[in-house]
Amino acid sequence: MRWPRNKDQLFALLVILPSLVLVAIFVYGFIAQNLYTSLTDWGRDPAQALSANPVIRFIGLDNYRELFTGLIDSRFRQDLVNTIFFTLFFIAGCLGLGLALAILLDRKPKGESALRTIFLFPMSLSFIVTGTIWRWLLQPQGGVNRLPTLVGLPPGRFAWLTSRQQILRFDWNRLPFYTALVVAAALVWVGVSAFRARARVRGWVALSSAAILAAWAFTLGLRWQPLPFPELHGFNLAFVGIILAAIWQMSGYTMALYLAGLRGVPDELREAARVDGATELQLYRRVILPLLAPITLSAVIILGHISLKIFDLIFAMAGPDNAPTDVPALLMYITAFRGNQFAKGAAIGFLLLLLVAVLIIPYLTTQLSRGDRK
Amino acid sequence: MSESIIRRPGRWQWLTYLLLAVGTVFFLLPVYLVIVTALKQPAAITLDATWRLPPVWNWASFAQAWTSFLPKLRNSLLLGVTATLLSSLLGSLNGYVLSKWKFPGANLLFMLMLFGMFIPYQSILIPMFRFIKSIGLYGTVWGLVVVHTVYGLPITTLIFRNYYVEVPDALVEATSIDGAGFFGIYRYVMFPLSMPGFVVVIIWQFTQIWNEFLFAVTLSKPASQPITVALAQLAGGEAVKWNLPMAGALLAALPTLLVYIAFGRYFIRGLLAGSIKG
Repeated sequence: MRWPRNKDQLFALLVILPSLVLVAIFVYGFIAQNLYTSLTDWGRDPAQALSANPVIRFIGLDNYRELFTGLIDSRFRQDLVNTIFFTLFFIAGCLGLGLALAILLDRKPKGESALRTIFLFPMSLSFIVTGTIWRWLLQPQGGVNRLPTLVGLPPGRFAWLTSRQQILRFDWNRLPFYTALVVAAALVWVGVSAFRARARVRGWVALSSAAILAAWAFTLGLRWQPLPFPELHGFNLAFVGIILAAIWQMSGYTMALYLAGLRGVPDELREAARVDGATELQLYRRVILPLLAPITLSAVIILGHISLKIFDLIFAMAGPDNAPTDVPALLMYITAFRGNQFAKGAAIGFLLLLLVAVLIIPYLTTQLSRGDRK
Repeated sequence: MSESIIRRPGRWQWLTYLLLAVGTVFFLLPVYLVIVTALKQPAAITLDATWRLPPVWNWASFAQAWTSFLPKLRNSLLLGVTATLLSSLLGSLNGYVLSKWKFPGANLLFMLMLFGMFIPYQSILIPMFRFIKSIGLYGTVWGLVVVHTVYGLPITTLIFRNYYVEVPDALVEATSIDGAGFFGIYRYVMFPLSMPGFVVVIIWQFTQIWNEFLFAVTLSKPASQPITVALAQLAGGEAVKWNLPMAGALLAALPTLLVYIAFGRYFIRGLLAGSIKG
């Protein structure tokens, strides 16, 4: 079947063509150009960085090697750790609070629609507005720390954004080891659930891969050291406030998702469970929560990509130069547009893209193939 | 349904309300603080009086923020309105093609387009900056209009496509038998039907563009700054008196907040559309 078969189909193509071309250039063309830039030395020589016709040489993966193992780029590695911790706590917080609020609202309390409006309104704000407000709220000598004094308690002492404490520290050299262990644990889980679903072949494949990975971790993984010296990274407590503000802004989103899901659970199903003698707790644990699993997956993906990209909230809350609350998205901007190290900035940008792509591409393909079947 | 409400154990009722009250306090406490701080005289803003009501109500901070922010608010409005209209219109046409005139490979192209919605913009920032500079739009509102229109296409196309899929094919066929072609069907069938779709998309896009910061800070000069950049600069200084940033934050938040309160239902639909199938 040839297409276009007639004038109208030709029009259809012509109408969508400009958008396709624009997206092709602005998304894929620019990604390719950025990737190329990241393989050059543009910006290493400050004299060349801003000249009209800079001399740019191709240097392969050198920028990436430096980011992961170079002495001066330890800030990038801490940023990567920051972003992972931030993402984990932020997603957990949004899911927990969002689900709790949704369950409460699903019990149809009085004033439900006003409450929903209140829980969701921060979603309509800019991260810059949220950041400005929370920056004031988290002043070490004021704001939240003064709240206990209103009921006669001593003021809080936590330094929030200016905290320099770090917990859960680990040596960057142990990263291959830990990564392998985490992946192996995930594979064990996949294997066990495969056995439960009677998919024995899949189960054995998963379990044996897990075993191989664990063996590698304990032998070669422990010995492989990317850095010639130990380098400690961990979770900066300065992020606690930023995570709190981000949850304040985004948990309304998970609440809306879960509420839509809960409203989709038929009343007959709840009644049936109650007739069978299920308590409210059992009803939620055994019947309703499993039905919400696909929503949780969607929420994790959407929140995950938002938190990996988070930039404006931190910019507004802690400023772009506060090292303990730095993330790669911010470092990219500073490196390229303040430090004029364009190639290294491009490399950070590309790594950020990889991180997000790992999350998004499987999601997009499954979502769309499901949509086609419909 | 009413029966299940009666059957619901009443002894948990108080706990429900208690938890909801705690939640409400968590969400509204920052709002209280913003308003109270914005209404205080600069001298009355001290760290240990943070939570107290202003001794004297002072509206001057709003007037001051308004005068210094007015040009920035104008930039944001111009940017928001133009980029929103452009990306909505293009998205509507794209959605029409992708739902009713599917060509071979349309699904793949749609997916490639959708990916553009999720990319971290840091990964295209340098080439984009150079491109906008090379066409002479760096430091103008129009450079931001171009960028927001293009990167808005994935989401607007997605929402309109999912919206138009629900329009029965029979309706399209009936119109085409009556002699309407590609544009006729759009003009007389799809477009008149798409008003709710336009409301969702316009609200979503306007909110996103008004609130956006990364492109704004990368591509603007002081004269073309949108409000978010101005607010970040105002609040970013160290020796800052907090009445002004708080008044500024309220001004910057007001348009999208009003849109949300007036069109909450449509806002939520846009929100859910972002998770692809909703």
